[in-house]
Amino acid sequence: MEPQDKARLDREFSELYRSHLRDVYSYAYYRVGNHHDAEDLTEQTFLQAYRHFERAQAESHGRPLRPWLIRIAHNLAANLYRDRSRRPQTPIDATTVLSAMHTTEDLVEGRDELARIIAGIKHLPEERREALIMRFALGMDNREIARAMGKTDGATKVLLHRAIKQLQEIVTVP
Amino acid sequence: MSEMAHTDFEQMLRMALAPIDPPDDLKTRLEFTLQELTDAAVDELEGWELGAMRDPRNWVRPVVATAVGATAGTALVIIRVRAQQKKRAAAARNPLDLVQRTLRAAAGEARKLARRD
Repeated sequence: MEPQDKARLDREFSELYRSHLRDVYSYAYYRVGNHHDAEDLTEQTFLQAYRHFERAQAESHGRPLRPWLIRIAHNLAANLYRDRSRRPQTPIDATTVLSAMHTTEDLVEGRDELARIIAGIKHLPEERREALIMRFALGMDNREIARAMGKTDGATKVLLHRAIKQLQEIVTVP
Repeated sequence: MSEMAHTDFEQMLRMALAPIDPPDDLKTRLEFTLQELTDAAVDELEGWELGAMRDPRNWVRPVVATAVGATAGTALVIIRVRAQQKKRAAAARNPLDLVQRTLRAAAGEARKLARRD
């Protein structure tokens, strides 16, 4: 690779980093439920993205790279859970992850409905939770979510619809 | 549930899952690491001076930096190529032949690394 090509690649990677650091961190935080692991996950995501950036750019054909970044974070998070599940001294239960995300005081400020929604999200199957995080925390559209999750646009639309419906049912049940 | 209620619920979901700003120390640490990686690549290429090229021991790093773009895998390629350098030097007919052999070895190791990734 010529030096000027390398410089261009680094410049473009810096732009990607600046544009999506908050997205990756938000995804990581809602996925793992604490700042410490979210920081590790974010760092590892960008380091891995840096290694494979040239290939990803060539294969993206000009499409946005955010789904690719989130997919890296998704895979790393899955590895984190898998590794921890092998170590009984530090158990991590996926259903407890979201309960650690917010304290009622620091985010919802006494708003009961928000608190019920946050509590309800943890009862959703993992795939539905992920889809909701991508849609509502990151503002991704169906196509982006589909690419990040390796699904078709149609399957993603159905997944989101069912996730919202199930969450509404959970939240409205007294 | 009515359309209005559905929209309200999505709005509440958006509020519940508000984006989270990364801590400043993460930004500092990550930017430092990425800068280090970028600088390492630039150093490899800037250090490729003709004078230094008289010594075959200096050939491997710039060759690898050029071949693999000084990504995080560069160090691994350098180690692998250097490990076989003596054998190549013994087999080479002349310095130019050694350069060509080293280039081929670096490209081969970079390809192996890319396939492994």
